[in-house]
Amino acid sequence: MIILKDVRKAYNGLVASDNVSCRFRKGKITVILGGSGSGKSTLLRQVVGLERPDSGEIYFGDRDLTSLSKSELYEYRKKMGMLFQGSALFNSLNVLENIAFPLREHTDLADSVIRTMVKMRLELVGLRGVEELMPSQLSGGMMKRIGLARAIIMDPEVVFYDEPTSGLDPISAGVINKLIVDLNTILGVTSVVVSHDIESSFRIADWIIILFYGKKVAEGAPDEIRNADDPRVQQFIKGEPEGPIPFNRTDKDFYEDILIP
Amino acid sequence: MLTLLATVGRRVIDLVRYWGRSGIFLCTSIAYAVVPPFKVRSYPQQMQMIGSRSLSIILVTGAFTGMVLSLQGYHTLAKFGSTGLLGSAVALSIIRELGPVLAALMVTGRAGSAITAEIGIMKITEQLNALEMMAVNPVKHVVTPKIFAGLISLPILTAIFDLTGIGGGYVVGVKLLGVNEGAYFGEMVRAVEFMDIYGGFVKSLVFGLIITWFCSFIGYTAVGTTEGVARATTNAVVSTSVMILITDYILTSFLL
Repeated sequence: MIILKDVRKAYNGLVASDNVSCRFRKGKITVILGGSGSGKSTLLRQVVGLERPDSGEIYFGDRDLTSLSKSELYEYRKKMGMLFQGSALFNSLNVLENIAFPLREHTDLADSVIRTMVKMRLELVGLRGVEELMPSQLSGGMMKRIGLARAIIMDPEVVFYDEPTSGLDPISAGVINKLIVDLNTILGVTSVVVSHDIESSFRIADWIIILFYGKKVAEGAPDEIRNADDPRVQQFIKGEPEGPIPFNRTDKDFYEDILIP
Repeated sequence: MLTLLATVGRRVIDLVRYWGRSGIFLCTSIAYAVVPPFKVRSYPQQMQMIGSRSLSIILVTGAFTGMVLSLQGYHTLAKFGSTGLLGSAVALSIIRELGPVLAALMVTGRAGSAITAEIGIMKITEQLNALEMMAVNPVKHVVTPKIFAGLISLPILTAIFDLTGIGGGYVVGVKLLGVNEGAYFGEMVRAVEFMDIYGGFVKSLVFGLIITWFCSFIGYTAVGTTEGVARATTNAVVSTSVMILITDYILTSFLL
């Protein structure tokens, strides 16, 4: 469905995506796992075209997204849905208008049809009845679910999730995880999840890709990852502070750093 | 020496690049107005935000500006025994200069800061990216209506400022200080020419553009967290105000 070939991106010499190649298979849930600063969000932003890679190709079907013009890209965006980390709901619009926004922009559907479609999506995320509330009146978990309802209102082929469970309590996180799996099985959408939540990821993923400082270090089905030999992978999934992944980012010796002025 | 040159050079390049980016930003946001689909629905909404919400502050500042002008003008003119000229003095200074400039400065503080804060928050909470992901151009959706609302609202607000200013001058000059009513308005009608009103109109149009352009652009380029938005808002009000005064001088020198 989506294939990345040698995607590379650097900011001021700091490599955020180091020749990453991978594929997100149709109808499956792929989780990109990595610590903070591992370049997973940057990778996602490149896949959806919010940023252009320095080099490499990103195929959506048979078209390379990196070569598209803005208007062509917009056509592809209509096949994509995205749930942002902070939900990114428009705070000037109520829940109904937030979810209806893409329909109002891209279709001429009658108001009653739009209302029905919004109600269906709200039912799907288990929040029917909150149409008239403003985003500021919602909890974080509810905002995520409204954001998800908005992401799927146009029946996308692919849904991208940026840290869907971060900052949520365990129950809300569980609800979101269940929704990701449900949407995947009910609507058959391809799902790409960026996360550092190990437990959630192993529960929902069909395929896991682990990033480490912009580089892909491992990929495979959850069981393969769990039994991987790579010490970096083991350290990451067990969350150990000591190991091959350094706690400190600089290579300079600590004593040298504080003793020599 | 070389590092100094390099630093200066880098600063200049950054400055040119920044201005270039803001220029492109303005051009694209104007150009999107003629690209379908048209978003006429959001124009009145933005005019309400920029125009009618600034109305009360324009009325108050307009009235007091006229009143103080009248008070100062009366005592100066009285030394030459020509208080009859008060009406023309008040009207000319308001219509040519104070009306457009003060109205623009008040709108910058009232609506300009709100524009920067709104767009800045949309930026850092990824609402602009969300628009982009929904195949809606964020500049066209958010900025273009504001630019045109500014272009329409500012001349109207300036006209209202001028009127209340002349009214305030009338109250102080005629009712309190006893200038002849006929002289106040008669001198005004004689002295104010079409070019004065035209000049004020051109100024208000340009200021309307500057306010929405600068405040939108600075909000759009806000980075980081809420602190970044706070800094952007302060920056927007300060640089827009300075820019209004600089442009005012340039425009006046062309219009005179």
